[in-house]
Amino acid sequence: MAPTAADNAFVEFDRVQKSYDGETLVVKDLNLSMPRGEFLTMLGPSGSGKTTCLMMLAGFETATHGDIRIGGTSINHIPPHKRGIGMVFQNYALFPHMTVAENLAFPLEVRKLGKSEREAKVQRALDMVQMGKFGGRRPAQLSGGQQQRIALARALVFEPELVLMDEPLGALDKQLREHMQFEITRIAHNLGITTVYVTHDQTEALTMSDRVAVFDDGRIQQLAPPDELYEAPQNSFVAQFIGENNTLTGVIKSIDGGRCAVQLDSGEVIDAMPVNVSKPGERTKVSIRPERVEINKSRLSPDAHTLKAEVLEFIYMGDIFRTRLRVAGREDFIVKTRNAPDQVRLQPGTTIEIGWLPEDCRALDA
Amino acid sequence: MTDTTSQSGPMLAADGTPLKKSLHRAQRRQKVRALMLIAPLLLFILVTFIAPIFDMLLRSVENDIVPDTLPRTVVALQDWDNASGEAPDEETFRAFYTDFALAEEQKAHTRLGSRLNFEMSGISSVFRSTGRDVGKFDTDYYTDQFVDADEVYEDPVQWSEWMADDGVASALPQTADAYAGWVKVLNEEGDDPLDEDIPDFVYTALYHDLAAGANPPVLPSVDVSGWDDISLKEQFIDSNEDWADPDIWATIKAFSGPYTAGYFANSIDLQSTPEGFAQRDEDERIYIKLFIRTMVMSLAITGMCILLGYPIAYLLSHLPARKANLLMILVLLPFWTSLLVRTSAWKVLLQNQGVINDILVWIGIVSDDNRLALINNANGTIIAMTHILLPFMILPLFSVMKTINPSYVRAAKSMGANDWTAFWRVYFPNSVPGIGAGSILVFILSIGYYITPELVGGVDGVFISNRIAYHISSSLNWGLAAALGSILLVLVLGLYYVYDRVVGIDNVKLGG
Amino acid sequence: MKLTKVLMATSALTVGAGAAFADGHMASDMTIVSWGGAYQNSQLKAYVEPYLEANPDVNIVWDESSAEAVAKLRAMSETGNITWDLVDVEAADSMRLCDEGLAMEVDYDQLAEGNDGSSAEDDFGDSIVSDCFIPQIVFSTTVGYRSDMVGDTPPESICAIFDTEMYPGKRALNKRPLANMEWALLCDGVAKDDIYDVMATEEGQEQAFAKLDTIKDDVIWWTAAAETPQLLADGEIVMGSTYNGRLFSAIAEQDQPIGMLWDAQMLDFDGWVIPEDLPEDRLARVMDFLYFATDTQRLADQAAYISYGPARASSAPLVGKHAELGIEMAPHMPTDPANSKNVFVTQYDFWADYRDDLDAKFQAWLAN
Repeated sequence: MAPTAADNAFVEFDRVQKSYDGETLVVKDLNLSMPRGEFLTMLGPSGSGKTTCLMMLAGFETATHGDIRIGGTSINHIPPHKRGIGMVFQNYALFPHMTVAENLAFPLEVRKLGKSEREAKVQRALDMVQMGKFGGRRPAQLSGGQQQRIALARALVFEPELVLMDEPLGALDKQLREHMQFEITRIAHNLGITTVYVTHDQTEALTMSDRVAVFDDGRIQQLAPPDELYEAPQNSFVAQFIGENNTLTGVIKSIDGGRCAVQLDSGEVIDAMPVNVSKPGERTKVSIRPERVEINKSRLSPDAHTLKAEVLEFIYMGDIFRTRLRVAGREDFIVKTRNAPDQVRLQPGTTIEIGWLPEDCRALDA
Repeated sequence: MTDTTSQSGPMLAADGTPLKKSLHRAQRRQKVRALMLIAPLLLFILVTFIAPIFDMLLRSVENDIVPDTLPRTVVALQDWDNASGEAPDEETFRAFYTDFALAEEQKAHTRLGSRLNFEMSGISSVFRSTGRDVGKFDTDYYTDQFVDADEVYEDPVQWSEWMADDGVASALPQTADAYAGWVKVLNEEGDDPLDEDIPDFVYTALYHDLAAGANPPVLPSVDVSGWDDISLKEQFIDSNEDWADPDIWATIKAFSGPYTAGYFANSIDLQSTPEGFAQRDEDERIYIKLFIRTMVMSLAITGMCILLGYPIAYLLSHLPARKANLLMILVLLPFWTSLLVRTSAWKVLLQNQGVINDILVWIGIVSDDNRLALINNANGTIIAMTHILLPFMILPLFSVMKTINPSYVRAAKSMGANDWTAFWRVYFPNSVPGIGAGSILVFILSIGYYITPELVGGVDGVFISNRIAYHISSSLNWGLAAALGSILLVLVLGLYYVYDRVVGIDNVKLGG
Repeated sequence: MKLTKVLMATSALTVGAGAAFADGHMASDMTIVSWGGAYQNSQLKAYVEPYLEANPDVNIVWDESSAEAVAKLRAMSETGNITWDLVDVEAADSMRLCDEGLAMEVDYDQLAEGNDGSSAEDDFGDSIVSDCFIPQIVFSTTVGYRSDMVGDTPPESICAIFDTEMYPGKRALNKRPLANMEWALLCDGVAKDDIYDVMATEEGQEQAFAKLDTIKDDVIWWTAAAETPQLLADGEIVMGSTYNGRLFSAIAEQDQPIGMLWDAQMLDFDGWVIPEDLPEDRLARVMDFLYFATDTQRLADQAAYISYGPARASSAPLVGKHAELGIEMAPHMPTDPANSKNVFVTQYDFWADYRDDLDAKFQAWLAN
């Protein structure tokens, strides 16, 4: 089937605003377009508006302004039960008074499917999440991970084109969570359904998604595939929010195409890549990923700016070493180095020189 | 580790005592502590709840008063055939004379009269009037005769010595028995038998012993052969002619045991007849009817409370806390107003010339001649009780609804259920424990209510509890009240059992 | 000669006892149980306050539990903790309490003589309905009617209750057989003197219920005497039975459009009983109070606050004016000759015997 325009913009938020009290906007001018089959994650701190967006999409909240479309049709006036969207809730919302099979059969029943068809679909959905033998149990008799699978199966059993998931893994322990992340993406891709996934866990967002929308303050700060988000954050919020990050503040001294010189508040000058700064004199936050910091001076180009750093703490973490340094007056500068045979282990109290490639150092808004 | 597992004997704790024993000791200490923690409550419940219930159950069958007050009569009546159509023989009356005279000393005869009056109208005044006469029976003749024969017969100290003599006591069984009964009564009253005149009935017993040919040692001999034989039967019948009525004696005989099923029989509209228990005449049956009415109306009240309380509880549980609290105060308002204020308010509202009828007439829904009867009947009881008990429905409903995750309904809707289906299939079943708890509360409370039905229930809006209250506070027929109460208790327990079977008692939550 | 000796001996004893009591053997606290409301107020004004004035060290506590007095006294007696000293009850209840051994038998010689020199026992006369009863007042159950709802022919006979053609509308009657059954038989043609004999028979009871059947649908049954005046005031009923004092207060004090009948009024007594087994010091205080509170003048005084007649014959001539309204109270007494042309005196012996049975039948009749 050839992709159509509607397929490229299967789910669309068009200038959507939302206010609960008529005074402040929780969602400010949201524009988003999702192609069919995409796994999109809405990531952001609590109160950033991501869950509100999900609820507007599901129909449990109405947009104060703007249009939400699915498959090209505005759904603003369609009640939730007619939207045909599958949904997985934070605490699974499995009906405690029904068995697992009854839970799964519920969406089929309200769609008035015949009994045999219902049973077949329920069994298929249970098998899909490897819970085929649990149909007769009550939700309370299942573990958290099992409940999670049932919730997923229930959201999918009536074959919706769009599935929403609201922090579905929040209640699971780390190991289960990682396993379920994999399961969910596998199933979503196998079925080819479009998924909107809300989380505040960046690892989850990065590992599962085709694209991630980073929310803050009612806006999407950046919408990009995980690698781009990590490597090329568009602003300091995203840089801070995604992954670990070293931030230094200063003023743009000069700017020249793909390079700029930044005078740090402590006086040193470093090279950086301007991202959203435009002219000298502007304040900036430069961000450098800990694993991109070079502690071996010989590997840097001779003309690269370097900074003096005092080793404060060395933490052995198995696969990597994590070293905390005092740099440019800050004591929270982190360097991550790979645990390789030739890797030096920095001793606290020693002073070294550090540097980086200018393109790894992004000068962002202050 | 390997040491202990390879051991063949019991596992040992570090100090060498068997592990089980030391575990047991440690647990026992915990158990004792737990017991001490609940001891005050346990004691409280025992004293204020369990004990009264046992007392009630006991009272519903207890009949000590008859055999205790008339011990000699009860024995004598065993040989009397109540189908004979005649009052018992002289011998029974002699026993009865001793019993009655002793009872009169203690003022117990009127109490017994009231007790038996529950079984047969009229006994009360028979006992009371004879109580006045029994001291004035002609039996003082014997007293005079004995004293005339020998003055020592007047001396209480002498009597006391005689009666302490085993030979005398066995030779004069009736006298010894009457004297012992008299001494017992005096001791209970705190009087000294050595200071009091020997009563007529003891001399009468002495006469009857001697007339029967007794030959006691010690006592100065008296020849009684020429004396008048005074018939006690006649004495009693002279005092009150009803003593000749075999029905009185049949009643005493029927209720002569220490326990009786009479109260329970009465509670289910049976009456005792010579042939056993039989149903009362139709126009005298009342209790079964009241039990049924109590159950039916309590169910109706419970139903009304569910209908009215459910939407309010739903609203309350979905409002923000501040508004919910305000509304909750309104819900609890009935608790804060005195019963009298509430009752007058209902009257003003509900009576024929009341506000509601006036409004209905004014609007034209009801014509002036056909004003609705909303009070002083079953309607009044249902309206008023629903009002009072509504909070008991709303509170558990509210607290259960509070715990229903709002995402259940959302989940249902996301799966395609419309508002009604989502409510009925998902929300409602989860609120059933609240309905269960509220219903049990309301139902049990309404079964026990009697003041409100009394005030607004008129004739067909009163409950069995009103009768119980009447028998407790007015007729003092506590045995019947206890029997009615016991039946009510059994009915409630029975309903509880049915509820457990049908709905499941696990399905009751007061919240959380 | 002998008599004087005895009299002197007793009076010496009394004086001796009185002196002993005055020595501090009288308890200073006394709990009096009464009915609350206007009646209790009349007791307060007529003798409790004057008594307290004369005995400032006495402390009187009121308990408004007379309606449940019988059951409560029995409960107290069972637990052996009598907290009441003096209890105001209706005559029928005094009889029951006496029968049950819950009230003390009274020695009437310990009460004040009438001011005409008659003994207390003679002065109280028939109002002493049980050995434990110290009467205070005579009241009657009678009928009041709404004067604006009876047209030009206000009822004159008790039988107006049963005449729904002449006086359509609801009636309020006491929800117990007493008075209702007597009236039913009277209005069904039974001669007044035969009524209790007839009522003792099954046929007579059926006759009474049959008569009551004719108005069953028109009756609102009351359980509190205050209901009738209220129902009359609200226009809910055309007539109803209640106590004469309630009607007096509705007519004279509140000026309601209400009239009242004295025909076939059921005379009844209300008075004191003393719980059995009171400790001596408390009993001494109670007797001291009763000597004062039940004398000729005090009982006459009570009539200034409520329209119930004094139970002592010697008090009747002393009945004066209403304390606030200033109207002569004598014509409003149930015992006034003009009012007592046709009177029932409640037959306590009959009711003690038949109360349980007739009440059960009455309730069954109501329910069917």
